[in-house]
Amino acid sequence: MTIRHHLSDDLLVSYAAGSLAEGWSLAVATHLALCPECRKRLALAEDIGGELLDATETSEDVTSSWEAVRRRLAEPVVSEAPRATPGGRREGGLPEPLRSYLGGDIDTLRWRSLGRGAYQIRIPTADSETQVRLLRIPAGKPVPEHGHGGRELTLVLTGSFADGDDLFARGDIEDADASLTHQPIATPGEDCICLAVTDAPLRFRSWIVRAIQPILGI
Amino acid sequence: MRRPTESDATPSMAALLVAVGARRDVEAFEALFRHFAPRVKAYMARLAGDSHLAEELMQETMVAVWNKADRFDPAKGAASTWIFTIARNLRIDAFRRDNRPDFDPNDPAFVQDDVAPADEMFESQEVSAQLHLAMASLPEEQVALLKLAFFEDRSHSAIATSLNMPLGTVKSRLRLAFAKLRAALDRNGDAS
Repeated sequence: MTIRHHLSDDLLVSYAAGSLAEGWSLAVATHLALCPECRKRLALAEDIGGELLDATETSEDVTSSWEAVRRRLAEPVVSEAPRATPGGRREGGLPEPLRSYLGGDIDTLRWRSLGRGAYQIRIPTADSETQVRLLRIPAGKPVPEHGHGGRELTLVLTGSFADGDDLFARGDIEDADASLTHQPIATPGEDCICLAVTDAPLRFRSWIVRAIQPILGI
Repeated sequence: MRRPTESDATPSMAALLVAVGARRDVEAFEALFRHFAPRVKAYMARLAGDSHLAEELMQETMVAVWNKADRFDPAKGAASTWIFTIARNLRIDAFRRDNRPDFDPNDPAFVQDDVAPADEMFESQEVSAQLHLAMASLPEEQVALLKLAFFEDRSHSAIATSLNMPLGTVKSRLRLAFAKLRAALDRNGDAS
């Protein structure tokens, strides 16, 4: 598997810093599970965080804190239960953390029809900034044309889609901003399942966007 | 190449952390504590203010460092990076109501690295020394922006607004800083 479309530096920095909202983070973390190259870049971003922490100037005396913490060192440690993961390689399945958010792998999902052979599953998150859904676009068919009010991240999990001259296959992430009106088309031969994260519609204040949202349907 | 000796505490900090993990070495931990505790507290105070909460979160972080030290792998990165990620996760738990989903290297669908562990060991030791030098040579405005991005729990658009700067400028400065750091690391490592 060769990934051609990677995470932008600003997403990696926000994710490394821990300031990225949950919905965006879900797409970032799922891409990272599939992309050793971006994990290397994440390691650099976290190294920068460590270096900034290390370089912080302080003159605080921590003697009394040390006394308090030293008394806690003998406390028994509650060890975290290891995450239960089934053994064996599984090429092509849904990676973590996405699989847990959906409560199962591709063969157990409960899709809701969007019409014209397209399906979706909404994925709830605790942030108020994003809207997250899994989309299934039938092979050879276009995703209904849509501009968006803000950013949209699309991560391919099965099949592929073409957007203009660019092809997006498993692991590829498309990072589209408000200026882009695009029409991705699923490649013939296999349905395209992708994770799509957009700014929550609540943030769209323009009347025109609010007016056309129900028509877009997704 | 020669490692910088002064002020580059990282290599010895890694050795201290390994001693804590391997032998529950309290003296080594005290040295780590005296270096990192004030820094972690300052990091927490960015969101907690000068409060008891910052102290509490710092102590939580340092106790977690003590308890998890046997999981620190010096081949995978610097002690400061490892402690930063523990502090970051505790800060998210304390101040954010949403989660930070993470990948799981034991997941069967996880795509493993194709780099041999031996190379990583060499690389990681190089990286922390090189990064320290490279950061010192960044323009002040880029360091200031990195600090905002890493220490404040704010989106890049919120940072752009507070600096009265277009979002595109914030993103391109971050990209520039990142590219410089990467180039500095590649120049001396095996250029990959």
